[in-house]
Amino acid sequence: MMNNVFIQLFIEFFQIGLFAVGGGPATIPFLMDITTRHDWYTKLDVVNMLAVSESTPGPIGINMATYAGFKATGFLGGLAATLSLVLPSIIVIVIVARILESFSQNKYVRAAFAMIRPVVTGLIASAVLGIFETALFTAKDGSFQVPVFHLALVGVFFGLMNVKKLKKIHPFFWMVAGVVLGIVFRM
Amino acid sequence: MKELLELYLAFFRIGGLTFGGGLTMLPMLKYELVEKKDWVSEDDLLDYYAVGQCTPGIIAVNVATFVGYKRKGVIGGICSTLGMISPSLIIVSILAMFLQQFMDNVWVQHGVEGIKIVVCALMLNTVLTMGKKSITGKLTAVAAILGFVGAVFTPVPTVALVIVAGIAGIVLNKAGKEIV
Repeated sequence: MMNNVFIQLFIEFFQIGLFAVGGGPATIPFLMDITTRHDWYTKLDVVNMLAVSESTPGPIGINMATYAGFKATGFLGGLAATLSLVLPSIIVIVIVARILESFSQNKYVRAAFAMIRPVVTGLIASAVLGIFETALFTAKDGSFQVPVFHLALVGVFFGLMNVKKLKKIHPFFWMVAGVVLGIVFRM
Repeated sequence: MKELLELYLAFFRIGGLTFGGGLTMLPMLKYELVEKKDWVSEDDLLDYYAVGQCTPGIIAVNVATFVGYKRKGVIGGICSTLGMISPSLIIVSILAMFLQQFMDNVWVQHGVEGIKIVVCALMLNTVLTMGKKSITGKLTAVAAILGFVGAVFTPVPTVALVIVAGIAGIVLNKAGKEIV
């Protein structure tokens, strides 16, 4: 019974969902660790997974779980790994949401969140810096670069997004514009 | 029933059209949930992110569960999460079969380079609007700067920064300071 691959996937990925605090990137050490216990995939697969996850839609942690499960035992494996990964989130968040609901009018909870919001904005800004670093300032060989053309294009897109008439455009269409641009300029 | 389907579809679109997950999902969340549906406010989104950062699991899934739960209870949370993970299951399963050919394709590489630029611009834009919403006075401006500096220059974990901010808010409130 315990040797069933689905049960093992459940045990491994439920644990990741429960203990990886900090989102997708926090799952990486756990995924590496799995390779020492199971031969579902190799450490190199994890690196490949990361590359795929960066360039395919969806949360990285989910993509990694799907990929790992798929490598282990096909589509159903991917489904099992992913569902196991999200189950702890659903349980924990529902509990937290309930607690917060009953305290939402409490003046201390409101004061706490009034200070937490700007800090989260600061955190998001720092993550954006990280995204700029990996996406723009790191050359293909890993060295530091200042891509003037790319940065100018970021500025152009940012400017266009703030033109009043264009504000309602779905972000996806900007992405499509990016793909077209990338292909046209062979970036 | 109709809203459950709407939740599933909204998060299916968010999951299916976001590259990189977590924070890069923010512009899409803002568009689908705040601007298009008016399901939650921008303040709510920031609160969910704060909670999502401090609780275990994938942040995008935590936010999806939170929004779904607020709208339609536990079943709403489950529908949102399933919507969020469905595109990944489909796309990654297909890709896993011929991963190397896909990554080696030169057109895919050009396209991905272009997407990166748009993601950067979208994120910059999101930080700007989030900042306008959350920074309402001197105290909150200092908090935003400290959050940024703390995350970039110190090894203090994100969870700790969020918890300290919450405690600071409570202490300031007790001291009679109005956080506006």
